[in-house]
Amino acid sequence: MTDMTLLDFLHYSFIQRAYLAGSFIAVLCAMLGLFLVLRRLSLIGDGLSHVSFGAIALGLFFGIYPFYVAIPIVVLGSYFILKLTERAKIYGDAAIGIVSSLGIASGIILASLSRGFNVDLFAYLFGNILAVSSAEVYLSVGLSLVVLLTIVMLYNDLFSVTFDEEYARITGIRVERINLILTFLTAITVVLAIKVVGILLVSALLIVPAVTALQIAKGFKGAMIISVLDAVVSVLMGITLSFFLDLPAGGTIVMTSLAFFGASLLYKRIT
Amino acid sequence: MDPILSVEHVSVRYGSNEVLHDVTFSAEKGDYIALAGPNGAGKTTLAKTIIGLVGKYAGTIRLFGKDTTTFKDWNRIGYLPQRVSAFNPLFPATAKEVVGLGLLSEKGFPRYFDRRDEDEIGRVLNLMGISDLKDKLIGELSGGQQQRVFLARSLVSNPELLILDEPSTALDPSSRESFLELLKKLNREIGITVLLITHDTSQIGKYADKLLYLDKKVIFFGGFADFCRSEEMGEYFGRFSQHLICHQHD
Repeated sequence: MTDMTLLDFLHYSFIQRAYLAGSFIAVLCAMLGLFLVLRRLSLIGDGLSHVSFGAIALGLFFGIYPFYVAIPIVVLGSYFILKLTERAKIYGDAAIGIVSSLGIASGIILASLSRGFNVDLFAYLFGNILAVSSAEVYLSVGLSLVVLLTIVMLYNDLFSVTFDEEYARITGIRVERINLILTFLTAITVVLAIKVVGILLVSALLIVPAVTALQIAKGFKGAMIISVLDAVVSVLMGITLSFFLDLPAGGTIVMTSLAFFGASLLYKRIT
Repeated sequence: MDPILSVEHVSVRYGSNEVLHDVTFSAEKGDYIALAGPNGAGKTTLAKTIIGLVGKYAGTIRLFGKDTTTFKDWNRIGYLPQRVSAFNPLFPATAKEVVGLGLLSEKGFPRYFDRRDEDEIGRVLNLMGISDLKDKLIGELSGGQQQRVFLARSLVSNPELLILDEPSTALDPSSRESFLELLKKLNREIGITVLLITHDTSQIGKYADKLLYLDKKVIFFGGFADFCRSEEMGEYFGRFSQHLICHQHD
């Protein structure tokens, strides 16, 4: 391993797949994360990843590819969080807690009933981008492009609603529709990000790059660019380091991102 | 010609609580109306009902001759909400980015900015005297500067009617004075119709032409001169309060 050059390393097809899928998912997390953090919805990623725990367990229980089950169920979970907040007048964090508990509880029950797929379920808890298959790369890149295109088309609508919901309404923006779209996009992104960092660390990929960007950015567009750069570099560096240091990829990616956050705090203090 | 704003017999209820009762008034082009009244008089509710933020109400509201339920040209209305000072101060938006939000009402999907919009943003920042602040973060500006940025956001779409909800509450006396002077200039020189909500009636006679005094229902609507001569208003407010509202009107 020590004699291997970076060029040799880059020739591995599993590394290429990890870089490609990881970069796309990092861009999504960074862009959506900025909107979520500014709207004080940081923990929605955590809640939805818990829903995906239950959904993945359901997929494994019935022998269906878990992501095919997780995507619709997590989208549905995100819809429930939104509606519980809007209609039942439950605080956002409490609504996330309710839906999140449902996901975890059903996952635990299904894992106990099956007695056979606990090892597979653990793989989703911790993630492993280095084990991503070609089919998963196609799925990730395809869905990432759809989410990215939606964010780009709705950039100013999302910015306006995030800055001042009431004013956005006056300018003719359909705030409820934008909130729904943001929630759905987050749900899809959370499921995709599970492959990169695992269920336990999904929210880190949504929150940390955005918060890092907020320490140093001098404008909203600037914050978006810094957040994206931070996330992509963290994923690429994390994958590389994890390979050479023989560490789990998910944890290494998040630790790299946290190191950038620490550096941003230091930079803010000295400037 | 239709009035710019016409409010006819408007009543609003929140549950069993009636916050506006049978409110009727209108604004002609170039009017500068001060909307005053005690706390809880329904001033903000009236403003929000006019701009379509209150879903259910009785009566009719017309903007530029069109019922608000079918009105689409929101870029003709500028609105400066009461709680602008309550925005997230850590939000990483520059003054220029905040002002740009005021242009979204005239954009179709997708709402992108072009070169002309950039010019328009530059023009209105210049008009507000804050061109040098365009790249500063909104949270780093003083209260007076922030208020000018938000006023610029309301003005960037070249509105014909400007509705401001207690815009000078968070300002110190000198910033308040210069802000009100600026509004007067916009009204006189550009001809923008102004509806200014305030609970501070002591200075407003100096700037506004008309007074709409509200206490859930309309207590008075008309020119300041009429208000000051009115025996009925003298009895309603007391001579001293009437004098306080009138004494700076020249």
